[in-house]
Amino acid sequence: MDKTSNYIIRAENLVKQVHSPAGILTILDNISLEIKYSESLAIVGVSGSGKSTLLGILAGLDLPSSGKVILDNVELTGLDEDGRAKLRNRRVGFVFQSFQLLPGLTALENVMLPLELAGKSDADEWAREQLAEVGLADRMAHYPNQLSGGEQQRVAIARAFVGKPAILFLDEFTGNLHQKTVGQIMELLFRLNSDRGATLLLVTHDTNVATHCSRKLTMAGGRII
Amino acid sequence: MWIKLSLTYLKRDWRAGELRLIALALIIAIASLTSVNFFTNRINLAIETQATELLAADLVVRSGEPIKQELIEQAGALGLKTALTINFHSVIVFAGKLELAEVKAVQPAYPLRGRLQISEQLFSGETASEDIPQPGKVWPDARLFQSLGLETGDRVNLGAASFDAAKVLTYEPDRGGDLFNIAPRLLMNIADLEATELIQPGSRAVYKLLVAGPGDAVVGFRALTSKYEEYEIQGIRDARPELRAALDRTKQFSGLAVLVSIALAGLAIAMSARRYAVRHFDNCAIMRCFGAQQGTIVKIYFTQLLILALACSGIGCALGYLGQEGLAALMSGIVSRPLPAPTLTPVLIGMSAGVLAVLGFAMPQILRLKNVAPLRAIRRDLIPLPLSNLSIYPAAIGCLLLLTPWQSGSLNLTFYSFIGLLITGLSAFLAARVGIHCLDRLRAKVGIAVRFGLANVVRRADLSTAQILAISLGVMTLTLLTLSRTDLLANWRDRLPEDTPNYFLINIQPDEVAAVKTFIKTRGGPMAQAYPMIRARLVTINDKAVNPDDYEDDQAKHFAKHILNLSMAETLPANNRLVEGEWWDDAGENLFSFEEEFAGALNIVTGDRLTFKIADKRVTGTVANLRGVDWDTFDVNFFVIANPGTLDDYPTTYITSLHLPPERKRLLIDLIRAYPNVTVFDVDTILGQVRNVMEQVIRAIEFVFGFTLLAGVIVLLSALQTTHDERRYESALLTTLGAGRNHVLTGLFAEFAFLGLVAGIISALAATAAQILLAEYVFKIDVTVNPWVWLITPLLCTLIIVTAGLLGTRKVLSTPPMVALKQV
Ligand SMILES: Nc1ncnc2c1ncn2[C@@H]1O[C@H](COP(=O)(O)OP(=O)(O)O)[C@@H](O)[C@H]1O
Ligand SMILES: [Mg+2]
Repeated sequence: MDKTSNYIIRAENLVKQVHSPAGILTILDNISLEIKYSESLAIVGVSGSGKSTLLGILAGLDLPSSGKVILDNVELTGLDEDGRAKLRNRRVGFVFQSFQLLPGLTALENVMLPLELAGKSDADEWAREQLAEVGLADRMAHYPNQLSGGEQQRVAIARAFVGKPAILFLDEFTGNLHQKTVGQIMELLFRLNSDRGATLLLVTHDTNVATHCSRKLTMAGGRII
Repeated sequence: MWIKLSLTYLKRDWRAGELRLIALALIIAIASLTSVNFFTNRINLAIETQATELLAADLVVRSGEPIKQELIEQAGALGLKTALTINFHSVIVFAGKLELAEVKAVQPAYPLRGRLQISEQLFSGETASEDIPQPGKVWPDARLFQSLGLETGDRVNLGAASFDAAKVLTYEPDRGGDLFNIAPRLLMNIADLEATELIQPGSRAVYKLLVAGPGDAVVGFRALTSKYEEYEIQGIRDARPELRAALDRTKQFSGLAVLVSIALAGLAIAMSARRYAVRHFDNCAIMRCFGAQQGTIVKIYFTQLLILALACSGIGCALGYLGQEGLAALMSGIVSRPLPAPTLTPVLIGMSAGVLAVLGFAMPQILRLKNVAPLRAIRRDLIPLPLSNLSIYPAAIGCLLLLTPWQSGSLNLTFYSFIGLLITGLSAFLAARVGIHCLDRLRAKVGIAVRFGLANVVRRADLSTAQILAISLGVMTLTLLTLSRTDLLANWRDRLPEDTPNYFLINIQPDEVAAVKTFIKTRGGPMAQAYPMIRARLVTINDKAVNPDDYEDDQAKHFAKHILNLSMAETLPANNRLVEGEWWDDAGENLFSFEEEFAGALNIVTGDRLTFKIADKRVTGTVANLRGVDWDTFDVNFFVIANPGTLDDYPTTYITSLHLPPERKRLLIDLIRAYPNVTVFDVDTILGQVRNVMEQVIRAIEFVFGFTLLAGVIVLLSALQTTHDERRYESALLTTLGAGRNHVLTGLFAEFAFLGLVAGIISALAATAAQILLAEYVFKIDVTVNPWVWLITPLLCTLIIVTAGLLGTRKVLSTPPMVALKQV
């Protein structure tokens, strides 16, 4: 494999099919794409077009029915579940639509989680720094339900960045936010990323959000158009 | 790393109340397990201590020759107290009358355990004595006083010496054997023995060395003595049979109750763990996204559970210890001295049982968590492996199987409990399925609100089945326990009614029976039936001579060696059960009926031909049947009964019993004056002792029962909790769609009522079946089936489930739907 590849992600002929009562359902229909290091890519499309499914496969959360994914020069589709978990831990960050903070952990503990899972000893220090960077220095000991939606999403962004991932996957991460907050969050995201240079892959049905990105792909019916 | 995470999670889940039910169930189970274990442990110690009283020592060395001085010195060197006793038969002479007595000469230290009881006059108040007779004095027992017509202070002759009959000996701790079979007793001081000139080299006498002291010294001495061929060692034996039976049943019942509380707690743990797992799917998905490997997830939750298990078991053990103190206080009257301190084994058992229960019942649920797909973070509907709600049962049963050997102490009990649980489980499963199926049909015929509730039951068929199963098992075991408890208590009260005979009259001559009856009747005393009694020795079985040395078992040796009391009867005596063969009617041949355990000890079966030697004649006959006898009643019972006619030509006396209140005791003095050959046995003391034990046993049972009730409540709570989250969401949804409060309530009511009713019916039926089995095969008592159970249990069960269910969901209705929807 070409170690010096310019692409953090290369996907070839991804097909995802599921069995449903109505027969075989094709959710992803032969998708190939390449994403360069430090690129920011938006995938847009109406609800149900297969965006989340694609994101899940690219991030190694799920396997395609056929085709392959190479993430940071490792063939994801050739790894087992624990191997993919390890890779995710080292190279990948996530921000989800419903924030998905662990409800019983404080903001700080939530941000520490990826570092702790990686066995880092100075998790606490890094996490504090990261939280301060997203402007939550005074909310570290708060629990998710004591934070507003925007604040929760900032914690989620801090958590995504804290492990210094090469690529960040964001699935409809503005979906539960006020339009006003969306702007602030997008701004925060790109500001943070300006010195880190991580690849961003945003999945959204909000074309506004997409305009912040350097490239945009549109999906419909499981294909890129 | 995961240990820290586990601790963080544990703290958080604890705060969130997620683990409360698991913890509560565990604490209750372990507390009941430990307290009962502590208690049985202590009771066993106490029984052993009491048994040493029956030896009057901790260990007895017995020989036909005088005990060697060196052995006595060795015992002393080990720090043991010693006392010598010498037993022999001799004739006591008073005023021209002779009576054969078993003389026992003792050293001043006798008895080393327990106390002698004496009275100043025949049938007057007893007092405990710290001493033995002074030199020059003897203490004959009541029978000697009666048969020789003695008054205290009279001088009796024994061998070459004469003695002052100073006191009536009423109780000696080591007077074992068959109450009616031994010769009367005379207790004397060993210092006077020489003066009687009765013990010469070669005289038949039994020499005993009694020792007592610290346990390890006793063990050391036993080892030392076993090197001498000529010495027989007697160790601790069992306490009184009638007490033992009661204590055994208490142990069995407690064992059952504990089993039940563990099973119930296990169910509660499993059901709460299921809910816990479901609520943690999201957490795990996120952790997986951020790179937690499956193994890490398992480690985190495993550690968390382990810490929880250890903490709860610790608390349970501590509570158990306190509980046991309570039990011990309740039963303190069984033994005269304070119960010995318990050993720590129950703590070990409690801790391991706690860990095992959590692993067995909760781990299968928790293991599901490792299968949570990380993709669930973006697709909420992904649920790991549709693990059936029923799959918890095999793990649970396995876990119970591991836990029971410690507990029940009875294979039968374990076996029947499992069969019971299994059958209940299966029938509950089937009934639930059928019920749910019928419900589906019924749906169209009911109103919209009820339909919604019933539809829920059908839609969650798997979960509903699991719920019905859990509720049935819970309610069934509680019903069963209530029924068994009632049975046991009724049985014990029946056994010792107010007018239980406290005196036995023996040696009534055949031609006196009618007169004695009238004598007692005219003085207002009741008299039970008089039974013939023939003294006989078993000489051959199937023409083979009976030799005590052929038997391993001590009891069998005893039976083979000693004279037995035979009786004759036309019909099967009350309180006897036929266990093998047939009762006779007009047989025309010689037939015998044997008590089953006695027959078992001597390897006698129906059809065997036996010969008894009665005086100098022999009688031969066939064993027609075996009988079961309740030895824990105070009725007159015989090991061997012959059919009418068989023993007609042999010397016969009669035995009867009567109940006399203390103020009427005088009647006995008049009676033996009028009929000097009649001997009176006083069992009033023993009777009081047994009654006392029964009362305490009953209280102990109530106590253990209380623990189990608690465990049952916890199960019901957790069964309802399983669907709590779903129900909350649905109700919120319904309200959002504009359904009124009443509408939602009616739906919930229908759902709970169905669950409760089906579970209640199953429980009632299963409990009755199990009750009959337990009474028949484990407790061996009569059973009263109460049909009301079939009505009351389902009604009560429905009522409780509906009430608890509605109370539990009350919050749903007062929560704004928006909040409820968001929280899920
Ligand atoms: N495992 C699955 N089983 C059945 N249908 C699925 C599965 N995964 C996704 N789908 C369907 O595939 C389509 C695409 O889903 P998704 O990728 O979530 O779309 P988007 O994120 O663009 O809204 C949807 O219609 C969804 O219901
Ligand atoms: Mg989507």
